[in-house]
Amino acid sequence: MTGFAPTLARELRLGLCARAEIINPLFFFLMVVTLFPLGLDPEPDLLRRIGPGVVWVAALLAVMLSLDQLFRRDYESGALEQLLVAPVALYFPVLARLLGHWLLTGLPLVVLSPVLGGLFALPAAVLDELALSLLLGTPILTVVGAIGAALTTGLGRGGMLLALLVLPLYVPVLIFGAGVVGRSLAGYDVDAVFALLGALLALAVSLGPLAVAAGLRISSGD
Amino acid sequence: MWNWLKKWYHKLGSPRYFYEITGAWLPWVWPLAVLTLGAGLVWGLAFAPPDYQQGNSYRIIFIHVPAASAALLGYVAMGVAGLVALVWRMKMAEIMIKAIAPFGATLAAIALITGAIWGKPTWGTWWVWDARLTSMLILLFLYLGVIALQNAITDPRQAGRAAGLLAVVGVINVVIVKYSVQWWNSLHQGSTIRMTEESTMPPEMLTPLLISMAGFYLLFACIVLVNARSEVLWRERRANWVRRELSNVL
Repeated sequence: MTGFAPTLARELRLGLCARAEIINPLFFFLMVVTLFPLGLDPEPDLLRRIGPGVVWVAALLAVMLSLDQLFRRDYESGALEQLLVAPVALYFPVLARLLGHWLLTGLPLVVLSPVLGGLFALPAAVLDELALSLLLGTPILTVVGAIGAALTTGLGRGGMLLALLVLPLYVPVLIFGAGVVGRSLAGYDVDAVFALLGALLALAVSLGPLAVAAGLRISSGD
Repeated sequence: MWNWLKKWYHKLGSPRYFYEITGAWLPWVWPLAVLTLGAGLVWGLAFAPPDYQQGNSYRIIFIHVPAASAALLGYVAMGVAGLVALVWRMKMAEIMIKAIAPFGATLAAIALITGAIWGKPTWGTWWVWDARLTSMLILLFLYLGVIALQNAITDPRQAGRAAGLLAVVGVINVVIVKYSVQWWNSLHQGSTIRMTEESTMPPEMLTPLLISMAGFYLLFACIVLVNARSEVLWRERRANWVRRELSNVL
């Protein structure tokens, strides 16, 4: 576990200093979700049907856009280089990095999601399922997106390329995550879907940091 | 045998050896690819019996299915090359990724387009969110991601390894996408359309289909080898053997 706690502490401290990086994805999430009723018919039946999907897609985009900066600051300041030459396995520092980032950007989205579900006329009974699906899903989005972020860190133009790399990888998470509420509304049991999301999360957390570390090494020209 | 294979594998990692041995293969593989593909397509398009339900419109299967399966196989091959590039840092594996990606994406696009053309007369629509169609679309996106990353990085070795990592992650993802999309489709329950099950296909149709598939694989192999060879020449352009090789041609 070498390097886990200090990296996490550093990430949280830096994050809390730059509050815009926490608040901006949250506002982005809120605004994107708000656009849909404006662009469509604000009819409760329609909103209820599209609501889970819209909230999920907006959360996915918010997480992805927040990741563009994940390693860039450290890359430019040289801190990343120091981490790469440090005599510890990269797995735990990277995991701490991702956990810190998720606590600051992913978790607030989860907390806000029931409110947005309410805006989409979702019944109160499924709001906790929406939040739980995001609680399991957003860490996967962070980890998988971080692979793309690691690979594009050294490049000047990140954003659009990151989206091209990462969005296809997000498809399964989106399908299962957004499917939870839809299934629940249709009266099905959703435990199995939560189990699938949990399995994906386990896969992402166990293997993802290795891929991120490999990506960082490639980007630094090692 | 094993030792011989291992030695040969290591030899293949040398761009020069690769260039020379594939140069000897290609004059054989090209005609074989053209013959197999030609035989499969002519048999399938002209001589196979018409389908009792779909008439002649089903014949697009002789392009559609081979293209789709070659696109999928190509992605897996790219993932394997990516793993080799990451673990052993083999230059040739990086070149192979670059050689496979464009034609793989083309095949995925061909599969999607022929699928749409086939869908119109049989299903009455160009596109349905059927599980297979959707996974093929995601596969095309994954190919495009690899190509985009490859193009964005200027250093060829770094680009090769970055694309390799993405391809490996992509291969794991392809499997998950396949199952998730099937699950998702069953949730929607909208499309009751099923593709004809392959196993129920009569041999008069199956044989040309298999020949056509072999033809597509061989064509894919030829194009990958040609791409890889030109990439080898470009990357090794300062090496003496390349200069000698080129001075023979020019």
